[in-house]
Amino acid sequence: MTLTMENPAAQAAPRNDLKFACRGVNVHYGDAHAIKDLAIDIEDRLVTAFIGPSGCGKSTFLRCLNRMNDTISICRVTGDLKLDGEDIYAPRVDPVQLRARVGMVFQKPNPFPKSIYDNVAYGPRIHGLTSSREELDALVESSLTKAGLWGEVKDRLDKPGTGLSGGQQQRLCIARAIATKPEVLLMDEPCSALDPIATDRIEQLIGDLRSQFCIVIVTHSMQQAARVSQKTAFFHLGHLVEYGDTADIFNKPRDKRTEDYINGRFG
Amino acid sequence: MFGLMALILAVLTIAAYVLGRRRATAAAGGDLSVLHSRPVYHGAYAALLTFLAAFAAAAVAALVMRWFMDGSLNSLISDLAPSLSSIERDLVRSDAAAISVGGFPSRVDELRRAVAERHGTLAGLSAFLIPGLSIAAGLAALWTALRRVNADFRARNLSERIVMGVLIAAAVVAILTTVGILTSLIGETARFFSQIPVHKFLFGSTWSPLSGVFEGRLDQERVGALPLFAGTLLITFIAMLVALPIGLFAAIYLAEYASPRMRSMVKPILEILAGVPTVVYGFFAAITVAPIIRGLGETLGLSVASESALGAGLVMGVMIIPFISSLSDDVITAVPQALRDGSLGLGSTHAETIRKVVLPAALPGLVSAALLGFARAIGETMIVVMAAGQGANFTFNPLEAVTTVTVQIVMLITGDTEASTAAGPAFALGFTLFVVTLGFNIVAQRLVRKYREAYD
Repeated sequence: MTLTMENPAAQAAPRNDLKFACRGVNVHYGDAHAIKDLAIDIEDRLVTAFIGPSGCGKSTFLRCLNRMNDTISICRVTGDLKLDGEDIYAPRVDPVQLRARVGMVFQKPNPFPKSIYDNVAYGPRIHGLTSSREELDALVESSLTKAGLWGEVKDRLDKPGTGLSGGQQQRLCIARAIATKPEVLLMDEPCSALDPIATDRIEQLIGDLRSQFCIVIVTHSMQQAARVSQKTAFFHLGHLVEYGDTADIFNKPRDKRTEDYINGRFG
Repeated sequence: MFGLMALILAVLTIAAYVLGRRRATAAAGGDLSVLHSRPVYHGAYAALLTFLAAFAAAAVAALVMRWFMDGSLNSLISDLAPSLSSIERDLVRSDAAAISVGGFPSRVDELRRAVAERHGTLAGLSAFLIPGLSIAAGLAALWTALRRVNADFRARNLSERIVMGVLIAAAVVAILTTVGILTSLIGETARFFSQIPVHKFLFGSTWSPLSGVFEGRLDQERVGALPLFAGTLLITFIAMLVALPIGLFAAIYLAEYASPRMRSMVKPILEILAGVPTVVYGFFAAITVAPIIRGLGETLGLSVASESALGAGLVMGVMIIPFISSLSDDVITAVPQALRDGSLGLGSTHAETIRKVVLPAALPGLVSAALLGFARAIGETMIVVMAAGQGANFTFNPLEAVTTVTVQIVMLITGDTEASTAAGPAFALGFTLFVVTLGFNIVAQRLVRKYREAYD
């Protein structure tokens, strides 16, 4: 079986500016070697999907891109990871500032136990992005609008974010990430806890956001990768096996393992 | 007697289990799958039934024998010596009991010997009758249980229902105890307030209840508990001032910053602090801390009493630290990692994450930890007895000696004034304490419920 491509953007696969340039990346968890000598260039203003079987290192690598792995004490990252030509693991780089530029959306929706408004306003308040209440209101509204949630929540901004449905919570988390005005959005299996309708909303949203951000999405669903991404990277056992235009990966994979995986022979 | 009964019950129960099981296995005739319930359940059913029957029979027999003995001995005494008052009659009976078991009676005379003889007869009878009845009931139950064993008998469902009954009974005992304590508390308190107006007790500022006792009646002007409330509040306030920040900060350090190795070392040490008996804290406060405070105060030119609210409060605060820190640590650790990741992923620092996400999420638990510490501080007695003095001074000056509600209850109950007089104010104080603590518990639960859906 070969997945047919219905995503015209994927076939066009434009050449954009490079956002990330990574060379010789290795990640160790204690004694386990999770990422092995990985090299990848990630382009701006398109969606890059990381696919692969469980435990292949795709989420681990995603978390290298905003140094979230720093919070795990046994995790060690080596190699050369550049964002806009700047080494993000250089000693003078503050991971806190990096994460403001590289936002992240997690697998399970994790709204803070605060009101919807305060959830979205969290990042802007921390980073002092706005100077007045009106500006903050406008930023919250525009972020929620971009996340496709404004119409559903505009009358109950003061209600707890945890009271929303799973899909709404995930869009709230996306709005929260957008509000910080990042350049990159990392999404770690953002739909795995959602039903098909909510998943469809999120996928549309990713398509809408593509023109403004560099988006990297980890997904277990090959169909999802085919639908939303223009570039796809296939990971297996800590190696980046194949990376290229999504249409090429799904229609004419060069590597036997990629072909086996997308045809459902393992994973 | 008690050992014998325990032995009888154990033997009967084990025998019932073994027999029930064996009989069920035999009833299956080699194919265990024909049984509705596995043999262990038949055994358990027989054992439960036997144990409960034997236990109930022993309990009933003991109660009846006690009642019968009371009646018989009392009527004997009134026959022999009709003029005795009830107190003297009780004395005769306890002497008689002592004579019959070879103890040390206060006096030996004809009356006492006669009563002792009857006592001996009846005691011998009950020593024989109670185990006998218990064994008989147990055997009867065992026989019934064994007779019912067959392949279709639902021993599993029945034994589970019996166990449920036992669990319900245990719960009922706990509830009834609470109700009983409350009833006696309320009754005694109501009696006290029928003599003393409520406002004199709550708002009077002179506390010296036993100095004004005249013909068993209390002086209304000397039962003002305001100094005690003030003292309790003062000491509790000082203790919380010490315990809340230190306990909370220690918990934040342990839960968020300490390495696993550090945590595994520090937490047990904190918990040792929780295991120190309050008496030890008390003399630590009185012998070590109080002189230091007095010395410090004198160098500053302040007059410090040798026993002060400050010393007691400080040490009590130290005592409460482990409660607050241990509970808070659990609460903070329970906040999902996903929330921390979410906050860090937005580019906030660790400290911002703790302040703006973790602590708000943990707030209900932190509030209840604080209220638990508060309840302990209010109820603490030993430290205050030793370190804060007993003088009921109406003051908010932490350098003076004060006394608290609990200390005064101890003083009233352990003093040598007749219990019927001293118990009144003690019960009234206890009731006040109970109401305050209950109020705090309710507030705490409300708070927790209000914020419960904070995270899932």
